[in-house]
Formats: sequence, structure tokens, C-alpha cells
Amino acid sequence: MTMLDEGPDSPSEAANPELERRAQRRESWRGFFHAVPAYAYLVAFFVLPLIIVFVFSFASRGRTGRPILENWNVDGWTRLTDPLVSTIVGRSLFVAVLNTVLCLIIGYAFAYWIATRPKQSTRTLLLILVLIPFWSNFLVRTYAWRILLDSDGYITQIGEFTGLWGRMLFTLPAVFLGLLYGYLPFMVLPLYAAIERIDWSLVEAGRDLYASGTRAFLKITLPLSRPGIIAGSILVFIPSLGAYVTPDILGGAKTTLLGNFIVIQFGAARNWPFGSALSGAILIVMVLATILYFRSGARTV
Amino acid sequence: MDGQIAVGLRGVTKRFGEDVIAVNEMDLEIRDGEFFSLLGPSGCGKTTTLRIIAGLEFPTNGSVQIYGEEMGLRPPNKRPVNTVFQSYALFPHMNVEENVSFGLRMQNVDDVEVRRRTGKAIDLVRLSGMEKRRPNALSGGQQQRVALARALVNQPKVLLLDEPLGALDLKLRQTMQLELKDIQNEVGISFVYVTHDQEEALTMSDRIGVMNEGELVQVGRSEDIYESPVNLFVAGFVGDMVFLPGEIAESGTVRLAGGETVQAKTNSAPGTKVTLAVRPEKLHLYGDRSEAPSGRNAVAGTVTRRIFYGEALYYEIDIGASGAFDVRVENVPSAKRWDVGDDVIVDFHLEAATAIAE
Repeated sequence: MTMLDEGPDSPSEAANPELERRAQRRESWRGFFHAVPAYAYLVAFFVLPLIIVFVFSFASRGRTGRPILENWNVDGWTRLTDPLVSTIVGRSLFVAVLNTVLCLIIGYAFAYWIATRPKQSTRTLLLILVLIPFWSNFLVRTYAWRILLDSDGYITQIGEFTGLWGRMLFTLPAVFLGLLYGYLPFMVLPLYAAIERIDWSLVEAGRDLYASGTRAFLKITLPLSRPGIIAGSILVFIPSLGAYVTPDILGGAKTTLLGNFIVIQFGAARNWPFGSALSGAILIVMVLATILYFRSGARTV
Repeated sequence: MDGQIAVGLRGVTKRFGEDVIAVNEMDLEIRDGEFFSLLGPSGCGKTTTLRIIAGLEFPTNGSVQIYGEEMGLRPPNKRPVNTVFQSYALFPHMNVEENVSFGLRMQNVDDVEVRRRTGKAIDLVRLSGMEKRRPNALSGGQQQRVALARALVNQPKVLLLDEPLGALDLKLRQTMQLELKDIQNEVGISFVYVTHDQEEALTMSDRIGVMNEGELVQVGRSEDIYESPVNLFVAGFVGDMVFLPGEIAESGTVRLAGGETVQAKTNSAPGTKVTLAVRPEKLHLYGDRSEAPSGRNAVAGTVTRRIFYGEALYYEIDIGASGAFDVRVENVPSAKRWDVGDDVIVDFHLEAATAIAE
């Protein structure tokens, strides 16, 4: 046997490395030109506004609260250490993490169930059902929840009839319900994509190798759906952390979260530099966290 | 382990939905320690049969016994068999060592023992030094060995193999065939081997079961299957075969469509429509009737095609209304070469041809 030292099927070595490199460079330049419109769009509507936000975070406030682009200072950034900010950040983190976990558990079960329907047409239909809420405006849907959760809403009536819960509107549970409802599809879709791609013969192999159904799921299905878990968690966690509409409409004024706090700075409080610093800080933390998350995921997937 | 029946199938039927019968009323006994192949074209039910033994499918009817023990609805993780899957089904998120030790870990074997047996299994398939590699960093042949080690490490009573060499190129396949056979001799357990490659089945198996459309058509040793196929399907599927239509003239004699009579093995009554089946390598060519040995079948024809294969030449001999013979002549120094247009006599032994009733 001579196969011991045989390596993996590698592409045959390049005939001329220099030519190959030049061809690759040309290829990447062509790609760049194709992407110019997209780059222009991103710079105009994404990068520039972000720069403006950063610039404003160092501005000062006029007597009426109007931001003045002189007397540059870091007051906005130093106020981030205010205990009020850490309370709100803590609360927002709690809401975002819990919402992500709830979405993950419910979304995984649902995505798994869809992905294991034998007929493709059934799967497509179920996915369309997941997407249907997107056909109407998020704000409108949140107001619909408000009606359901109000004193004479169906959900409140059911709760009172069974004696299990009362009026939930303007409480933290209402916010969770709204967030779960709003972001569940963002968890289901990437999870479905990941689970559907799993080669089921791997699970069969696991069963054949003495794994019970549960252990086969934990050792094989779950690790193989990791890309979907990562993508879904990011897609749910980030908007949950910055959620504004849901806590505002369903939580009332009682539960201020980061999103609402920032809006207040730009509105009622008229403290644009502080609002900008808050937004900038969240952005930086998010980007770093996402990079770390992907790094940790990339190594094991 | 009395009776030495490793796997016993009795009346096993598998239906998918209302009309699809994947396996029909199958009775089969696979003996202890034998290399048994299930051979058949794709869709004949051989993989389904294997999956039924593994417990990955349950039969609609019938029973499966492994060493006398009724399997019933026992799930795959509770059966003393392991499978080498067609596309290997190696766990992509685990390295070679983790893949191989998976079964032992699932059986909660203690750590020292897991390491000892995993190391031994990796040695057996000669993959030492590759323990930490992921499956995607291995060649097809190496992946195949991991799949084999992963199954064998559990010391199953029966090893099931689903076209394990299908994805390999010809050279590697031939090496692996010998190696699989060696490993089977070494571990001494029964192998149930599913393949659509008749050559693979012939070279490796102690016995072969030929399947077609969910039915087990013939079971026997490689030689029996090759020399005495029970019907046209087996005759055509296993090896090359020349088929000529005819009818039984009298006991042991077949009259071909063009009127020639030849003698052949048969148990059909005179008047029965039959197909004469004879292997190309059992035919000989002579220039003249006087050169051909007497007491054998001889049919006159004309060379219409000559194909050079290297180790042999194939001649197509037209015999008029009766059809044509394909004749294989070994490329040895003494072999006479024929040209297209030559008149020849096709000669073959009385025992070489079989008349199969339609």
C-alpha cells in the first residue's frame, strides 16, 4: 500500500505562479468595478452619517440645546459612566440576551420542524407563513399587539378568564412578547437554512453508532446547525439591544431601554452630543462583539 | 450462536407508500463469518435491505434476526451491527480520532479502553498519524478507511457496507477490494456488502445474492452465479453474455432462429421458447470445420467487427438470421488474428451454453 503518504485531493500545482497571481489580481479589480455603485451608496448613506454622528458626539450644546460645532469636548463620552447609563445598558442587555435565548429555543424547534417536513411544498408554504408578517408595517403590527394586550384585548381576557395573567400592556412581559414576536423570523430563517443543509445520513450514522435520538441530536445535529445559530443570534441580539419601537409602544414610559434613551437625547432632552456618544459606543461594542463571535464560530464550524 | 446464522430475514417486505414495494417477501440467511454481497442494479432494493438489517428502516412485514435474536422494532443504536455508509457519512465537525471513537463514547466505554481500541482500529486501516485531521482534509480512500475503522472499532457482530467503494477511482477500488477482504479475514465477522458492481461482488464474496426489482433472484457462490444463472436477468447482469433466441428442438438441443442446432444445458421441454446464453470467453474461432475439435458445438459465421482491448480481442461474428456472437480471444502469442470479412467457425463446449426459458 502506497496510500499512506497520499495527501488530500489538492488542485494540481499551478503551472506558472506569476501568471496565476496576475490573473487573480485582474479578477479582483473587475470585482471592484462591479461593486462601485454599492460602495458609493454605502459611503453616502452609511459611512457619512456615521461620521456625522461621531463628529456631533464631540460638539457642545447651545443654550437652547442646539448642537454647536465648536468648543469641542468629550462631555458626551464622559457621561457614559453615569450610573443611569449602566442601569439602562444592564436592562437592555438583559432584555436582548433573554429575547435571543427565547427566540433561539422557539425558533430552533420551529425551524427543525419545518426542515424535517418530507415534502418541499410543505416546507415552502411554512416558510412563506413565517414571512407573511413582513408584508405589513412593523409599527402597525406592534400597535395590533397593543390592542391585544390592553384591558379589553383578547389576550388579557384569556388571562383573566383562566386567572393566569392580567393586563400586560406597559409591562416588561409585554415588551418581551413584542420583541419575541418581532424578531423570531430573523432566527427561524438562518436556522432553517442551516438545518435543511444537514446531511441526514450523518444523523443515521450517529444512531448506527449507538447514539440515542437525544445524543445524536446533541452531538451531531446541534453542532452542524451552528452557522445558523450564530447568524440567527446576531440577527436577533443586535436589533433587540437597540429596540425602540416595541419598548416604546408596549412598554410605555416605565421601561426605558437603550433605544428609547437615545431617542430621548435627540428629542426631549435635546442633548445631541450625548445621544451621539451613546450611539457610537453601542456601535463599537457591537462590532467588536460580532467580530469575536464570528472568530470563535469560524474555528469550530 | 448455534446454527451459525448471522442474519436471518424471513418474509421481509418493505413498502413505501401504497404502490412502491422496495423489498418483496425476502428470505435470506447470511452465515457466520461469511462475506455476503447483495448485488443488483440501482433501485433493486439492496440498500433498503441493508438499512432494514441496520434498523434504519423497519420492514412492513416479516422478521429480522441477528444471531437468533429477534430485532423487531429495535432502534439502530440497540443492534449489534454497524454500517459503512455509501458516502461515508463522516462527521465533518470531528477529527479522525473523534470520528472513530464516537461509537465507543456513545456506549460509555471508559476512557483508557476507548483510546486503546481507537488506536488499534486506526492502525488496522493504516491511518496512524492522521488522528487529528478533519475528514475534509483526507482523500477519498482515506475517508473510506475512517468509515471502516469507525464501524469496526465497536466490534459489531455483523458489518454492513453500502457501496463503500463506489466513490473511488478504479485503481484505488481494486486495492481496497483486496484490503477489505483481508480485513474481513482478520476480524472474522460477517460482512454484508451492497454493490451494483458485479465484478466487485464476484471477486470479494463468499456468496452473492442477486436482487432485481425488490426480489432476491438467486443466491449462491460466485462461481454458481456466473456459471449457472437461473434466469436471463442474472445471466445478463453478472458478466458478459451472448444471447441468441431459439427453441428447444429435442431434449438438450436448441434450434436457433436461423435453423442451426446446438447442444446446451437445459431442463425445458421440447418446443419451449428459450434464449441461448453463452459467455464470450468460452467461444473459440476456427477457420474451417475440419480444424474444429469434434463432439462440440460449431456454428458458421463471418467476422463483422474486431475490437482490440489489449489483453484480449473481441470479434463480432455474424451468423445470419440467428444473430451474432461476441467472441473473446485472449491476446496470447499462439492466438490467430482474424480480419473483418473472414469466414469462421464458432466452437464451444456442450456445457458452455445454457438454454434459459423465457
